Amino acid sequence: MSDRSLAAGAPEAPPRPAVAMRGVMKRFGAVQAVNGLDLSVPSGTCYGLLGPNGAGKSTAMRILTGQAIADAGRIDVLGYHLPAQSKLARAHMGVCPQDSNLDVDLCVRDVLAVFARMYRVPSDARSAAVDRALALSGLTARANDRAVALSGGMQRRLLIARALIHEPELVLLDEPTVGLDPQVRQELWSLIVSLRERGATVLMSTHYIEEAERLADRVAIMSAGRVVAEGTPGELIRAHAGREVVEVHGSAARLAELRALAEADCLPTRLSGPALTYLHADRFDGRVPSGVRRGATLEDVFVSLTGDYVE
Amino acid sequence: MTAANVHPGRIEPAALLAVWIREWTVFLYYWRTRTFAAVVEPVIMLLAFGLGFGRLVSHVDNIPYIQFVGTGAVATAVLFSAVFSAMFDSLYKRRYQRVYDAMLSAPVDVDEIVTGEMLFLGTRAGLYGIAPLLVAFCFGLPPAPAMLLVPFVGVLTGIGFAALGMLFSAMATTFDDLSYVISGVITPLFLVAGTFFPLSRLPDWLRNLALLNPLYHCVELVRHCAFGLHPAADLVHVAALVAFGALAWALAVSRTRARLIV
Repeated sequence: MSDRSLAAGAPEAPPRPAVAMRGVMKRFGAVQAVNGLDLSVPSGTCYGLLGPNGAGKSTAMRILTGQAIADAGRIDVLGYHLPAQSKLARAHMGVCPQDSNLDVDLCVRDVLAVFARMYRVPSDARSAAVDRALALSGLTARANDRAVALSGGMQRRLLIARALIHEPELVLLDEPTVGLDPQVRQELWSLIVSLRERGATVLMSTHYIEEAERLADRVAIMSAGRVVAEGTPGELIRAHAGREVVEVHGSAARLAELRALAEADCLPTRLSGPALTYLHADRFDGRVPSGVRRGATLEDVFVSLTGDYVE
Repeated sequence: MTAANVHPGRIEPAALLAVWIREWTVFLYYWRTRTFAAVVEPVIMLLAFGLGFGRLVSHVDNIPYIQFVGTGAVATAVLFSAVFSAMFDSLYKRRYQRVYDAMLSAPVDVDEIVTGEMLFLGTRAGLYGIAPLLVAFCFGLPPAPAMLLVPFVGVLTGIGFAALGMLFSAMATTFDDLSYVISGVITPLFLVAGTFFPLSRLPDWLRNLALLNPLYHCVELVRHCAFGLHPAADLVHVAALVAFGALAWALAVSRTRARLIV
């Protein structure tokens, strides 16, 4: 029985999240890939799952598509309980994986037509669905070319078009722009924005800070298999880095010395390459050494929370 | 929305058809090469054995040797077409192309992937199996009405061997692993099936073992279609092929699921 029905006459409930994960655990041998993951993705938003490599983002995505079974926890997608109702959830979901899994020998139109059938698009709507996906991804002119002949960026667009063939309510994008050049990345960003404008919920994992900052309404920062911070990019920046930060450049020895002093003075800092960044500089005016003052960014938050560098 | 037509926990015709059509779509790109290999190889084998050994052995069980081999080669064509395609294509799709991951992102389950693919490969193998029979006609095999059943025998056998191929594929990690299967399983199945010589010439223990070979039951059925049906025995042969197919399917689904769902 689906969990989707609402009792008649019940008081108006808050909108159901498109994705709800509670205390989800997943272990692969000695590796605890997901470790108590709590996630709530509001419907109709673009939600960024930000984390360094190995943070558990892709495993979380595989759990949502039913290709990994959680060891513990509760998972609901579009009101369907996983893994028991995974097939129903997948019918409403489109997935763009991190690594291409296209039928590269087929032409673009056939790739889409095959998956229109997989996603149960009715026969009388299939051809229109293929044309719409081609137009949305800007691949109409390449419809009869084999997928293998497309550039990396075009193949990525085809993957997204394939995920959208059935006009899903929820779109999972696993590192959608990884390895692409900046121009192609911006094209894909436009495509992702258009998805949200059409009312779809987008859950996008990425390790590109800029991508999350530009596209996501809300961001969850993952580290070691769980969410360590969640909110809008603005909320996260204000809470974890303040309005302004100060960057002090110097030798490694000098930075180590400054960091020790900052720790003794309870000043939050992060190392960023050849500089030491003082977070919440506006709050600690007078105690922060002179340096380059700039607005805080999501990258400051990310690095201070995960201890990892980002691209 | 489409989810009203989706039923978890059930093998759905719409999903099977989607998998089947995907195979068909890919096949349309490669039908020339695949058909050439699947048809020409057993025909060459038939001609080599039939014309070569045929000079030494004129008749087997009162059947001209080339007709004996021609009917037996149907099973060989079915075996090779089904099992090799299933083994290599399935491993490629799972491990390198990862297209199964894409299919599992859609409302398609592992059992539907395995079933849809084995139905396609089995059907194709069954049809390819007719080629040696057509060649045998050229060497005097008299047409018989029961021969119209041969494609069905081929499809039934092909489905079972496609499932077996998918099982081996799911057990393999690399293409090299499949060498063990080819040498250790496929070759003995191929040689000890009554294709080139009657099993009655084998030692008792080997003959009894050969009765467990599904290919033997296919060979017997095809010969009976060509030279006269034996209803009671043929029902046993059909039952053996059905049991083989069901067992191979269950094991293939189980192993493939273990590979794809972690």
